[in-house]
Amino acid sequence: MHLRDSDADAAFRADLHTWLDAIVPTLPPEPDPRDWPARRIRDAQWQRLLFDAGYAGINWPAAYGGRGATPTEHLIFLEEAAAAHAPDVGVFFVAQMHAGLTLIAEGTPEQQAHHLPGILNGDHVWCQGFSEPEAGSDLASLRTRAMRDGDDYVITGQKIWTSHAIVADYCEMLVRTDPDSPKHKGITWLIVPMDSPGIEVRPLVTAQGSAEFAELFLDEVRVPVSNRVGDENDGWRVANVTLGFERGTGFVSEMLDTTNVMNELVGIAQRTPRGNGTAWDDIGIRRDIGYVAAELDALWAFTKRNVSQGAKSGIAMGNGSAFKVAYGSVVHRLGDIALRVLDRSSLSFDDVNGEPTAAQLHGKLKGFAVSLGGGTSQIQQNIIAERVLGLPRER
Amino acid sequence: MDLDPNDDQRALQEMISRFAADRFPSDVTRTFGDVGGFDRSAWRELAELGTFGIALPESAGGVGLGTIESVLVHESLGAGLVPGPLLAATLSAGLVPGVLEGDVIPAIVTRPIHQVALVEHFQNSDVLLVIDDMGIERVEIAAIDGQIVEHPTDPTTPVTVIRELPRGEQIGDAHLALAWRRLGSVLASAQLVGNSEASTSLAVGYAKEREQFGRAIGSFQAIKHMLAESFTRTEVARSSVWAAGVTIDEPEVADVDRAIAGARLMAARAATENAKTGVQVHGGMGFTWEVDAHLYLKRAWILETLFGNLDEDADLIALHVAASR
Repeated sequence: MHLRDSDADAAFRADLHTWLDAIVPTLPPEPDPRDWPARRIRDAQWQRLLFDAGYAGINWPAAYGGRGATPTEHLIFLEEAAAAHAPDVGVFFVAQMHAGLTLIAEGTPEQQAHHLPGILNGDHVWCQGFSEPEAGSDLASLRTRAMRDGDDYVITGQKIWTSHAIVADYCEMLVRTDPDSPKHKGITWLIVPMDSPGIEVRPLVTAQGSAEFAELFLDEVRVPVSNRVGDENDGWRVANVTLGFERGTGFVSEMLDTTNVMNELVGIAQRTPRGNGTAWDDIGIRRDIGYVAAELDALWAFTKRNVSQGAKSGIAMGNGSAFKVAYGSVVHRLGDIALRVLDRSSLSFDDVNGEPTAAQLHGKLKGFAVSLGGGTSQIQQNIIAERVLGLPRER
Repeated sequence: MDLDPNDDQRALQEMISRFAADRFPSDVTRTFGDVGGFDRSAWRELAELGTFGIALPESAGGVGLGTIESVLVHESLGAGLVPGPLLAATLSAGLVPGVLEGDVIPAIVTRPIHQVALVEHFQNSDVLLVIDDMGIERVEIAAIDGQIVEHPTDPTTPVTVIRELPRGEQIGDAHLALAWRRLGSVLASAQLVGNSEASTSLAVGYAKEREQFGRAIGSFQAIKHMLAESFTRTEVARSSVWAAGVTIDEPEVADVDRAIAGARLMAARAATENAKTGVQVHGGMGFTWEVDAHLYLKRAWILETLFGNLDEDADLIALHVAASR
């Protein structure tokens, strides 16, 4: 076992470092986090810069336009990008981390040729239409119906928690095509253009005050059968390819960003007067930060371990559920410390006294995005208990 | 980068695990803490496997592997609740004649300031090694007036109280003392990881068999989630301990002291919390002397006090975060 860069990895890291050092200071200031059209423009600019520099689709195979980087290079990319405070994948999360990889794994050559270039160069934003009001943790009970009509599917139903839907061009959607089969067997994975007639998008404002999500209302939306990925009624398996990505590398860049948030919190604590000194003089604050830092370091090591395992076994991130449970917990604990440091500054969701306090509150609330999104921590614990520890199912 | 053991490393772990289950089953080791309860021949067999010389060069009679292999071995020793001065022997095998072969049994203690010394395994040892900031001293057993603790907390670990710890012959300098503390901390953390995994396995096995309300208690989410948290704590801790072990041999990849301190925090939490969960999942039986669940908890309490204090580790990490952010 070793953690040292190989010569090739060191060269990759050095080139990337040079590029990030040159490019990140030239980026325009971050838009208001509530302004999704502006965020799309910013994220698309960044994606285009990555594309032009050959870093787009870093972990995608070269045959599909990606860089074909090794898993280690992918981690180096995430590490260096976070260290440089470069933008993250933003509104391209679903396109980059789910849809593109699913199309590579399961799509037809035509689907790949039509969609992958626009994902890589930042032209197309995707959203995910999986959850429904009555199908949350029990995702396979989804009811949005797609009826076959000639060469089309006609979709009627409702989706919820559809991230970035208000700026999306396509939706990766799970629909029920066979209501008579057992619930996992009658699901199909479709590509739905968001400008199709019959789609209504209602923004859903999160506790962070931003319309990150939306509800989708689908009223006889027509989609050609050629937009189906995988076989009819095989969508649950196709979807699990996607969920595997989400529980795998999907949260790594966020975890590294959380380390940046922790470092910023230490800076705020050092500048915040408290008693005869600063909040950082408080041994209670320091000690709790020590524990959180230890856990974030451990989760970074966990990531490297999982990637190492994945590179050998071909199974990406086998411990994804455990990673996600632990990460969700540590984000919440860091947020709790942030509230103690911020004290009365936590009354404002805008920065106070020129300190970057708002990012700390966003970070605190982001804990829920981690412990709820992509399968709640409790669902992940069921997965660990049943699939890893072999405990009997409840029913 | 590769943080996953290869086949040889896994085979090494399996060999130690099999030996531990065969020669140190808990019904035998439960009396190791009693006077005369220590089995020197089993200890010698453990030494013959190369256990204490894993990372020593072959020219010194060792196996010639790296720190990470030592870490993996101690993970298996911890999982098997193997008794005896494992850390003292591993640290001193290259320095004190006879330790490598299992003929000489060492005890080790960090010299306390303004406190009596509680030394585990002293009653069975042939030599006492005392670490402080200045270096490592070898203190002759005959020079020490120790009082054997009649009821050691962990029945497998004998403890002696030493009120006056005399100075001895210096056998290592301050650099070596620091290296021992770092390695000792990581190996203790490795044992804690193994401990955390084994206490969880015991509880998982019980939860699959024990029935209440007409079904296995492991089918209840309340139990599942407790055990899933245990699993998660173990895997997080294991990752940080492996990284710390690699960092000792590759100090350019991260701050060594931060890596070691973090590994200890994660491993101690995994072992103590998982052992608590293990007792709780066993119900009333878990609180009895007869069931092994409490042995994991008590061994974890010993291991988490070695080579420094957990709160000091957290403080060290916080200062490093502030200095490097």
